[in-house]
Amino acid sequence: MNCVESEILLHALIDGELDAGHAREVEAHVASCSGCAEKLASFRAMRNAMSGAALKETAPPHLRSRIEQMLTPPTQVSAPAAVPARRFFRPTRRSFFGGFALGAGLSAAVAAGLVLTIIPNNRGQEIADDLLSAHLRSLQGSHLLDVATSDQHTVKPWFNGRIDVAPPVIDLTAEGFTLLGGRLDYLGGEPVAAIVYQRRKHVINLFIVRHSAAKPAGTSSESIQGYNIRHWSQNGLELWAVSDLAGGELDEFVQKITAALRPAGAS
Amino acid sequence: MAKDEAAEHERMRRFRDAALPYLDDVFTLARYLVRDPTDAEDAAQECYLRALRHFDNYRGPAMKPWLLAILRNVCNDEFARRRNQEVPTDYSQDESATDEMPLWQEAQASPEGLMLREQDTAAMRRMIAELPEPFREVIVLREINDLSYREIAEVADVPLGTVMSRLARARAMLRSAWNAMEGVAAAPSITDAKLSS
Repeated sequence: MNCVESEILLHALIDGELDAGHAREVEAHVASCSGCAEKLASFRAMRNAMSGAALKETAPPHLRSRIEQMLTPPTQVSAPAAVPARRFFRPTRRSFFGGFALGAGLSAAVAAGLVLTIIPNNRGQEIADDLLSAHLRSLQGSHLLDVATSDQHTVKPWFNGRIDVAPPVIDLTAEGFTLLGGRLDYLGGEPVAAIVYQRRKHVINLFIVRHSAAKPAGTSSESIQGYNIRHWSQNGLELWAVSDLAGGELDEFVQKITAALRPAGAS
Repeated sequence: MAKDEAAEHERMRRFRDAALPYLDDVFTLARYLVRDPTDAEDAAQECYLRALRHFDNYRGPAMKPWLLAILRNVCNDEFARRRNQEVPTDYSQDESATDEMPLWQEAQASPEGLMLREQDTAAMRRMIAELPEPFREVIVLREINDLSYREIAEVADVPLGTVMSRLARARAMLRSAWNAMEGVAAAPSITDAKLSS
């Protein structure tokens, strides 16, 4: 480790964001470098001083009551339409989703991906937005994988105790869909398994949940903002594949997963 | 119809229970991002309105970074223009702290126990307020809103590495601002005199 690396990483050390291995490396460097040791001490002192300072604001009571009122349903009106007039805010959908779209655009340029997800309940159309958001989130920063490995026997047990289904993890590397790993994600507040594959530069998220008995099994395919979503039910599971991969190739992926999940055809 | 209404009320109640506890965090970030207190209030309110509208898309588990990300979008939408042309109007007016004692002394044996006095807190706020925008944001999210690096990356919509380098930059800037203040306001001998008096 040199001073340039240490200069960044010592902050992560102060903030408790380093794993044990990196923490040891930084500490070893600091022990042998008086310049970095001095910095570490002074940044620590600064951080301690800041946490002792009353830097956090308290929302003024009139703001709190304004927002509370906004969030209290009036007796006969159902929507939050009776919100007090705001001076110049015009809420737009665009602004809220803008962040996602931008991040996704950047990420997609770097790595287009395919994600297979398993979800326990069927909530129909509204889930599509959730799926897309989950897919886009997964492409940002380091969110893609909780467990990164091409070994299906590592991915599957990782989900034990984290989710109420045992998601099938199928290695399709030989068929052009590289298994990258798995991730715990959330759809509509419910934990779901996401198995992540890659086709060339495209990421595929396969989301998997347990199929609820109350809901008829169904198959659907749709396209939102240039992303393809395939949904089907099989073996008591509901599966969604989400990717910016071309529709035909995503269909091919779905066929391969479907075939592998058939009892007789399991590999 | 009545059923829909009941469901909507239930949704609103769930949102309220989940989101309202973070009002101080939301307001704090708004205050540091937009500076004018009234604008900050409007931004916080708009944040809750948008969050309620998109509550169905929320998938947890962390409500705080989700709200702060929305707030940040609100601020970016409405204040991008002004933010770039204004100097801090609020904290910077509080100059009383600048000619006082140093905020802390790095060489002291036990900085852990150090608490800032009121005027030092004001000085610290001013220094944070004077940081350029992306650095101010990362410092507030880390030191005041107490988010993890990963959550900050989500809120600021940048990679983890960017969070780390910005935070390093931001702290380095704060440190030199502090050191400069100490150097100007209190040479060691003066400090000693004050401390002993």
